[in-house]
Amino acid sequence: MLETIKQNWFFNTRGDLLAGLVVALALIPEAIAFSIIAGVDPKVGLYASFCIAVVTAVVGGRPGMISAATGAMALLMVTLVKQHGLEYLLAATLLTGVFQIAAGFLQLGSLMRFVSRSVVTGFVNALAILIFMAQLPELTNVTWHVYAMTAAGLGIIYLFPLLPTVGKIIPSPLVCIISMTIVAILLNLDIRTVGDMGQLPDTLPVFLWPDVPLNLTTLQIILPYSIGLAVVGLLESMMTATIVDDLTDTKSDKNRECKGQGIANIGAGLLGGMAGCAMIGQSIINVKSGGRGRLSSFSAGVFLLILIVFLGDWLKQIPMAALVAVMIMVSIGTFSWDSLRNLKKHPLSSNIVMIATVAVVVATHNLAIGVFVGVLLAALFFANKIGRFMVVKDEKIEDGHRHYKVVGQVFFASADHFMESFDFKEVVDRVTIDLHQAHFWDITSVAALDKIVIKFRREGADVNIVGMNEATRTVVDRFGVHDKPEEVEKMMAGH
Amino acid sequence: MKKLQVTACIDGSAISSSVCDTAAWASAILDAPLAFLHVLEKTLSPSREDLSGAIGLGSREHLLDELTLLDEKRNKMAIEHGKHLLDDAIQRATSAGAVEAIGEQRHDRLLDALLACEDKTRLYVIGRLGEDHDPSKQVIGSHIENVVRAIHTPIMMATGTFTTPSNYMLAYDGSETSDKAIDRIASSPLLAKLSGHVVMVGKENQENRTRLEAACKTLTDKEHQVEAHLVQGEVNASLMDFQQRFNIELKVMGAYGHSRIRDFIVGSNTTKMLATSTVPVLILR
Repeated sequence: MLETIKQNWFFNTRGDLLAGLVVALALIPEAIAFSIIAGVDPKVGLYASFCIAVVTAVVGGRPGMISAATGAMALLMVTLVKQHGLEYLLAATLLTGVFQIAAGFLQLGSLMRFVSRSVVTGFVNALAILIFMAQLPELTNVTWHVYAMTAAGLGIIYLFPLLPTVGKIIPSPLVCIISMTIVAILLNLDIRTVGDMGQLPDTLPVFLWPDVPLNLTTLQIILPYSIGLAVVGLLESMMTATIVDDLTDTKSDKNRECKGQGIANIGAGLLGGMAGCAMIGQSIINVKSGGRGRLSSFSAGVFLLILIVFLGDWLKQIPMAALVAVMIMVSIGTFSWDSLRNLKKHPLSSNIVMIATVAVVVATHNLAIGVFVGVLLAALFFANKIGRFMVVKDEKIEDGHRHYKVVGQVFFASADHFMESFDFKEVVDRVTIDLHQAHFWDITSVAALDKIVIKFRREGADVNIVGMNEATRTVVDRFGVHDKPEEVEKMMAGH
Repeated sequence: MKKLQVTACIDGSAISSSVCDTAAWASAILDAPLAFLHVLEKTLSPSREDLSGAIGLGSREHLLDELTLLDEKRNKMAIEHGKHLLDDAIQRATSAGAVEAIGEQRHDRLLDALLACEDKTRLYVIGRLGEDHDPSKQVIGSHIENVVRAIHTPIMMATGTFTTPSNYMLAYDGSETSDKAIDRIASSPLLAKLSGHVVMVGKENQENRTRLEAACKTLTDKEHQVEAHLVQGEVNASLMDFQQRFNIELKVMGAYGHSRIRDFIVGSNTTKMLATSTVPVLILR
């Protein structure tokens, strides 16, 4: 038993602890920034980040992935917080957790296979754009000092790592924040600081049941938000898990991750934190810093709590400009730049799916709607593509007897084309339709065939259909052939 | 039906040559083909780290390329190294009289790789300590316990250097597990030519005596040569003592009859015996 714990937690102790520290330092500005997006005190995001990082480390299904308070989730809470206040957000967070645990037990993690690569790319890009846009309020109607500090901050973040030795040991976002804070204090600049944005934590978090009436009205208020939060949280977590899978060349347990996210969110809600999920940017930072195991996420959460409780007074002094610089870095790092280069290489339909996902998300500020539109479009494009794999060959005519041969996929998308492929104007006595090499996928296709038969009969021809049984085997929903390669081969014979 | 094989795990540690000799001996007696297995386990610890904490344009793509390159280099070398190990082992085993030795490499965890070939294996040979351990210590390798618990095929644990055994000692405690072990030994040719000692640690009474005699009879019926011994004292110490007194060269035992929870609290006899053994141990489950 000890051996198993050791294998899961302490196989990479040094790397995990170092990475955890780097991640914790990067989590602080993010958690504060996302709290501000959601319209709550920074402590709400900070407590949430602590709790979610620690809990997912223990119960999550993807070691090495970092979960905390995120921008994607914060954006969904804005109106709830504005209209009903923090307590309802905490209640919604609890309900979100319940939905996510249910999703884990229903094994909805496997639904991710319907989310195509283009949709994932669109999601990631939209997220990056949203994080960037959320920084704009801090950059409008401000003095030139803020612009100068943001630019200097970005300069430090990207140039500091180029220094020999120290550049690879000290996290540059930390250097940015510390130096910008010192500059602001020394020059006594009158710019906004974190302290102006709301209350920071000064104690350890305590367990509290959200102060909301337990009735149907409350449920009606929080339900739509909880569903949205649960969906977006799981989507981002599953996508991040896939990214970490790829980076570390290891497998994750997606359904366990769903449950883990749920438990973490329930914990966050009870500790006075907002709902969160996995973070793409932070997880990349973690892997890059050498974090691989559960210990990395766990230590990130613990370091975060230690830092905020002991450094609370200093956190207040951090100028918002430094935070904005860090968040712009996260936004740039999250954006998939390959996707822009690949626009030329990829087929138009994939590009449309990707761009539509981005556009819908940016317009609605809701990643769930964007992904829904993306998946729908991708499915339509796919149906359209497969629908073209259907041809009706008019083979021969002898003594007024016409032979047709149908090859390919007949379903709702190709049914019209299927019907138009027969020549009803030709005067024939008998028609034979050979379906041996055709596949009927749904009742639309069967109805289309019925119509064709009726039409021929009305024109005075006798219709003879052969191979119907083979063609309609695919109409049945429960094939039970997924695990039998020879059955699939038999069914798809002729292609 | 295809003949079941002897599967031997080598990893390049000092003990690998002993594993190789033990496997060759078993393969020759059992007249079974010998397969050497070299498992390339994924090293999860990263070989370098960048604590700059900054992510920029195309960070994810770069990171993936970088990590892929590192893994590629590492694995290419590991595969090459493994091939040499396998070649050496095959040569050594063939000259020691093994039947058709072959080598196989797999990317997997050791346990999963062993489970994957369980249906074609009649005996596993595995070293007490892997390459990460100091061979002078009295501990068992990180894999042994998990392997022994998960696998139901007999396992031979090799130690130190191998000398062809001429006798063996069977630790018998009257439990169902050890009765099964007796049946297994009786029906296998592996130990038939060796002189056996069935040892029971327990009170000198009629019940223990009868059970011990019955166990020995099972073996003698199949023309094994065995002697029965009933000794008193603490289990592990008595067995060690017996082993020294009779100059035992191979131990046979059932393993892990209890749950992990119980072993966690009171400690496991099996683990203790495996850790302190200086001679090969045949583990039957």
